[in-house]
Amino acid sequence: MIISARGLRKDFTVHRKVGRFRRERTVVSAVDGVDLTVERGEMVGYIGPNGAGKSTTLKMLTGVLSPSGGEVQVCGLEPVAKRTTLAKRIGVVFGQRSQLWWDLPLGESFSLLRHIYRVPETDHTARLKQCTELLALDEFIHTPVRQLSLGQRMRGELTAALLHGPEVLFLDEPTIGLDVLSKQAVRTFLSELDTRGDTTVVLTTHDLADIEKLCRRLVVIDHGKVVHDGTVDELHSRYRSRRTIVADLELPWPDGLTLPGAVVTAVEAEGRRVTLTLDGTAAGEVVAALAKAVPLRDLSVQEPDIEDVIARLYRDDN
Amino acid sequence: MAHAQVALVAAGFRRYSTYRQATVAGAFTNTVFGFLRCYILLSVAATAGGSVAGYDGPQLVSYVWIGQGVLAVVNAWVMLDLAERVRTGDVVADLLRPIDPLWTYLCTDLGRSGFAMLTRFVGPVLVGALAFGLYVPANPLTYLLAPLSILFAVVVGFACRYLIGLSAFWTLDIRGTSMLWVFLSGFAGGLYFPLAILPEWLKTTLWVATPFPALMQAPLDVLVERGGVPNMLLVCASQATWCAVTLFACKRVQARAMRKLVLQGG
Ligand SMILES: Nc1ncnc2c1ncn2[C@@H]1O[C@H](COP(=O)(O)OP(=O)(O)OP(=O)(O)O)[C@@H](O)[C@H]1O
Ligand SMILES: [Mg+2]
Repeated sequence: MIISARGLRKDFTVHRKVGRFRRERTVVSAVDGVDLTVERGEMVGYIGPNGAGKSTTLKMLTGVLSPSGGEVQVCGLEPVAKRTTLAKRIGVVFGQRSQLWWDLPLGESFSLLRHIYRVPETDHTARLKQCTELLALDEFIHTPVRQLSLGQRMRGELTAALLHGPEVLFLDEPTIGLDVLSKQAVRTFLSELDTRGDTTVVLTTHDLADIEKLCRRLVVIDHGKVVHDGTVDELHSRYRSRRTIVADLELPWPDGLTLPGAVVTAVEAEGRRVTLTLDGTAAGEVVAALAKAVPLRDLSVQEPDIEDVIARLYRDDN
Repeated sequence: MAHAQVALVAAGFRRYSTYRQATVAGAFTNTVFGFLRCYILLSVAATAGGSVAGYDGPQLVSYVWIGQGVLAVVNAWVMLDLAERVRTGDVVADLLRPIDPLWTYLCTDLGRSGFAMLTRFVGPVLVGALAFGLYVPANPLTYLLAPLSILFAVVVGFACRYLIGLSAFWTLDIRGTSMLWVFLSGFAGGLYFPLAILPEWLKTTLWVATPFPALMQAPLDVLVERGGVPNMLLVCASQATWCAVTLFACKRVQARAMRKLVLQGG
């Protein structure tokens, strides 16, 4: 296992002004006993509402923030104590920050990183070539970083984080503020990375489409505590999220009609559109029964919505 | 130096070379102030019988014009972006590299000073030489000691500003400290007037107990061969000591800061 955290915690002491002279100390438990193990090659989505403690966890895992308690090892090293050693073996992108040199062209940042990480020339060239193709860096590799658009910069950041061939990649909101195309580019890039299989990825995001497309495993944190650790499907079954069938009918839905294996949850459009929620029965059986009962014009089967189930999880936790 | 350090120095040089207008504007301003300061000091010297605090005419001209150049090379009154990066949390990126941030910042600043040497030093000094005529050092040793002395000045100036930057880990707002620093480094560093005009006790205290004279007065005194070879060697030795002391302080303070590592922002 390449990442292991046990009872990881971080308390921040915040001073708050009360009245004119008094200051009140409050302790915020940003991370409150997180247990997390990640195997080599896994891609894990680490999500949670704003202020849940995601970034704080990532900072502790990468060695730039000392934990208040608990044990943590990344690549077999204690992150804070072995920060510079660990730095060679991990790649990090904090979406709201930059690791590139603001005044230099993107390409110069890359060659500077090659020297800093002591990457052999051939490895560097090969990795850069791969990133250039997948992320279309050509168009702006000679542009100073300060002139790049957010999406262009983010592609640069991803490349910068990968040029030294890290074993673990930590991504804190890498798709924040990107347009659809840039998001897709980043996702394709990451799934490509995943299929090659040797890089472990921990991904934080508020865009659940990132998770659906990329991560089999989902770790949800709220108020500093892990509230779910498993697959997206497991989360659906935990909340009994169901698939639904929406059917457009030739004739209005007969009042009081029921079908085995499904519950009618809505009848709209003067009875000509009906929504059925499946109770776990195969959709095929229900569709067959439905077609026998009423003439159909159109039909769609909808998967349970990840947004809904995550929203329920966040709400439940409050 | 290792590859990484060389690359960082080169990058520092490149970064500043992208700001052409600022470079020209800076050199121009330094030149204008050079004329002002030069006329003032020369007129003071004229009323005082040709010299000020033991500096004769050409030495005063050098003190002013080379001072205007060294000012830009040492850059002591412009804070490093370290403090700002601590305040915003961007320092994370510096800490996530497999290299001590102290060396990253030092190399970058050396690169910057190298660029300043070629532009903002050479420009005003050339103007001064053409308009007034500079003091020409007689001893060949001076041509060896002077660049060394300027290098020491850059390193001491860097280390002091790095320490101020590090203080942002404790008190996020460093405006007060940096204002005090800007004032002291100018006043006690020999930028506004040669330190030699101060009373003996104050002068000695500054040279012995503070790093300020190492920033400006030291390289300027070496360049005009003040006090002959023994004094020049003494000045360089004291600068070297201040380099060691301030860099060591940076190391220690940084280690402390790392131990309490609290970074700002999400
Ligand atoms: N340096 C700090 N000082 C005090 N409190 C902090 C500090 N950093 C974070 N916190 C607090 O810790 C909690 C967790 O913050 P964190 O940045 O980890 O959240 P997050 O899950 O990344 O949220 P977001 O989705 O908004 O990025 C928040 O309540 C935040 O206010
Ligand atoms: Mg965050």
